[in-house]
Amino acid sequence: MRKVNLIKMKTGEKGVIAHIDGGTDLEKRLDVMGVRKEKTITKLSAFVMKGPVAIKSGRTVVALGHGMAAKIWINIIEK
Amino acid sequence: MDKHNRKIKKVALIGNPNVGKSVLFSRLTGVRVVVSNYPGTTVEFLEGKMAVGNEFVEVIDVPGTYSLEPSVPAEEVAIKMLDDADMIINVIDSTNLERNLYLTMELLETNHPMIIALNMHDELKHKGITIKEQDLEKLLKVKVIPTSGVTGFGIRELKQALSQAIPGKVKPRTHQQRWEHIGTVIDNVQKLTHRHHTFLEILEDASVNHWWGTVIAVGVIFACFKIVRFIGEGLINNVMEPLFNTVYQPLLVSLSKVLGGDGFLHNILIGKLSAGQIDFQQSMGILTTAPYVELVMVLPYVFSFYLLLSFLEDSGYIPRLALLLDNIMHKLGLHGFAIIPVLLGFGCNVPGIMATRVLESKRERFIASTLISIGVPCAALQAMIVGILGGYGGKYVLFVYGVLFIIWLFIGTAMNYFLKGYSPELFIEIPSYRLPSFRLLRKKIVLRISGFLVEAMPVVLGSVLVINLLQQVRVFEFVSSLFGPVLSFIFGLPKEAVWVLIIGLLRKDIAAGMLIPLGLSMKQLLIACIVLCISFPCIATFAIFLKELGLKRLIQATMIMLGITVVVGGSLNIILH
Ligand SMILES: Nc1nc2c(ncn2[C@@H]2O[C@H](COP(=O)(O)OP(=O)(O)OP(=O)(O)O)[C@@H](O)[C@H]2O)c(=O)[nH]1
Ligand SMILES: [Mg+2]
Repeated sequence: MRKVNLIKMKTGEKGVIAHIDGGTDLEKRLDVMGVRKEKTITKLSAFVMKGPVAIKSGRTVVALGHGMAAKIWINIIEK
Repeated sequence: MDKHNRKIKKVALIGNPNVGKSVLFSRLTGVRVVVSNYPGTTVEFLEGKMAVGNEFVEVIDVPGTYSLEPSVPAEEVAIKMLDDADMIINVIDSTNLERNLYLTMELLETNHPMIIALNMHDELKHKGITIKEQDLEKLLKVKVIPTSGVTGFGIRELKQALSQAIPGKVKPRTHQQRWEHIGTVIDNVQKLTHRHHTFLEILEDASVNHWWGTVIAVGVIFACFKIVRFIGEGLINNVMEPLFNTVYQPLLVSLSKVLGGDGFLHNILIGKLSAGQIDFQQSMGILTTAPYVELVMVLPYVFSFYLLLSFLEDSGYIPRLALLLDNIMHKLGLHGFAIIPVLLGFGCNVPGIMATRVLESKRERFIASTLISIGVPCAALQAMIVGILGGYGGKYVLFVYGVLFIIWLFIGTAMNYFLKGYSPELFIEIPSYRLPSFRLLRKKIVLRISGFLVEAMPVVLGSVLVINLLQQVRVFEFVSSLFGPVLSFIFGLPKEAVWVLIIGLLRKDIAAGMLIPLGLSMKQLLIACIVLCISFPCIATFAIFLKELGLKRLIQATMIMLGITVVVGGSLNIILH
């Protein structure tokens, strides 16, 4: 199983959230939106120059900044 | 008053962002409010009354929040409201039940009497979702009513159910425990059927993609400009202009005759005749130029702008634009979501500055509000710029926008560099696309247009009246000669342009209209238009800036405006010929 952060994850890949680093703030903000550990997510896009990343979890699509994305670790589900 | 003793009960509509609270509020109270398909439409609470049986209750529309632990100012408003409410209607987007239930769990722990509105019921079927409402009610132990803000389904039942609101009586739990409970609830009440992706869903994914999304964004922005211009010009040339010329003008001609073609009253009402004729653009009377500028030159553009903006808002496209523009906005110390206040600012700066409440930090709010008041001309002023310059060629209009854009980048970058702190990162939920409801779209446009007319017309009429009166008593001449030399030295403008800037403090559109009779050269026109945009905003913008950001920030922003105006206006005066 491959574990990478959201930055390293490729667009279009699916994975399960393993853990979220660095301070509980980000974790809490994502948690109340239902994006939390053990949830399956798909990476929708990533922008150049340390731009934002968009992910989909269930019916929720969230866009978050590069720094936040780097803190979210994913176990990739290989096809 | 202590909330237990007051007569009228307060009912707060609480729920996640973008679940339809404002639509329901409007349905329940008849109060018209703005609703849009993005999180953060409502940034302050609004009250309205609703009859239940033969009693009245007060309903409060509250900004959306994901949790009772706030992360932006608008969410804090929501949580403060909660303490003051006697009852809660927890509004839930039933197409995203699981996520919405988190806040519900928190609300059940607060011991407020509550009921649940399972909104967006009309969307369940085509999204392949079934929810067993009775089971949900049993599990949560509070009343659950399926509703649709768009069709009106369930609204009556919702009103009736209010009398059955009871507290959740749930002991405080941890995040983990809440989610575990939600897990059980979802397993018991929700069934998803698999279906193929619809066209809208494919478009949804494509428009947040870095490649496709950029292509789509460029197309959308280009199309928007074209459509606004097409509708705006179309209405001016085919509706308003003919209407004024064939219906209104004859009336004025008779009035002018009755008044004897000259004299005090004539000058104020009709203004000066040119070659014995009324000239709507130049006569400067309260019955001629004032309504002409507002209704013929400005209103069509304001209408077409709001038509398009409202459509974009309701479709759900704007948050995607926020994602795509995030990189650029970061250079200015903002993040992508700041595009929403900026877009609103292009309509009118006042709601634009209000909408900066969706931004997390004071620093961002200051930068965004300053950028809006300097570099974002409102729709009314833009209409005048297009009306005045467009006739000479599109390149002049483009020149003004180009200069504004450069100023924008410059101020943003500079503020980002000099202000302490850093800008937080983008963090937004992107809603699904929805075909805008015609009824809601119409309501929103009527709301915005009537708001525009009610605010603009009296000020425009008043400004023209004051100018005319001042001209009679020669104060006009005096002030022009006093400040005129400074103006002509720095900007190369004639001394009468002082009054354009003074009236610009009240309203920019009629101020721009006052440029027409001055007979300026193209260079002077360009400088005057740009100076009108970037110098002081109108008084209403000043007021909201003061209210939202405080005196110190307002003074700082004003210094920036003055500095930029002198530097840019002065340089253009030297560079252009
Ligand atoms: N299909 C459908 N759309 C709805 C319904 N209720 C609201 N909407 C749409 O959902 C979007 C959000 O509605 P709002 O009333 O602005 O939502 P809100 O909860 O007040 O949002 P915030 O003020 O941002 O927290 C709008 O585009 C509405 O037209 C519904 O029952 N069915
Ligand atoms: Mg709202």
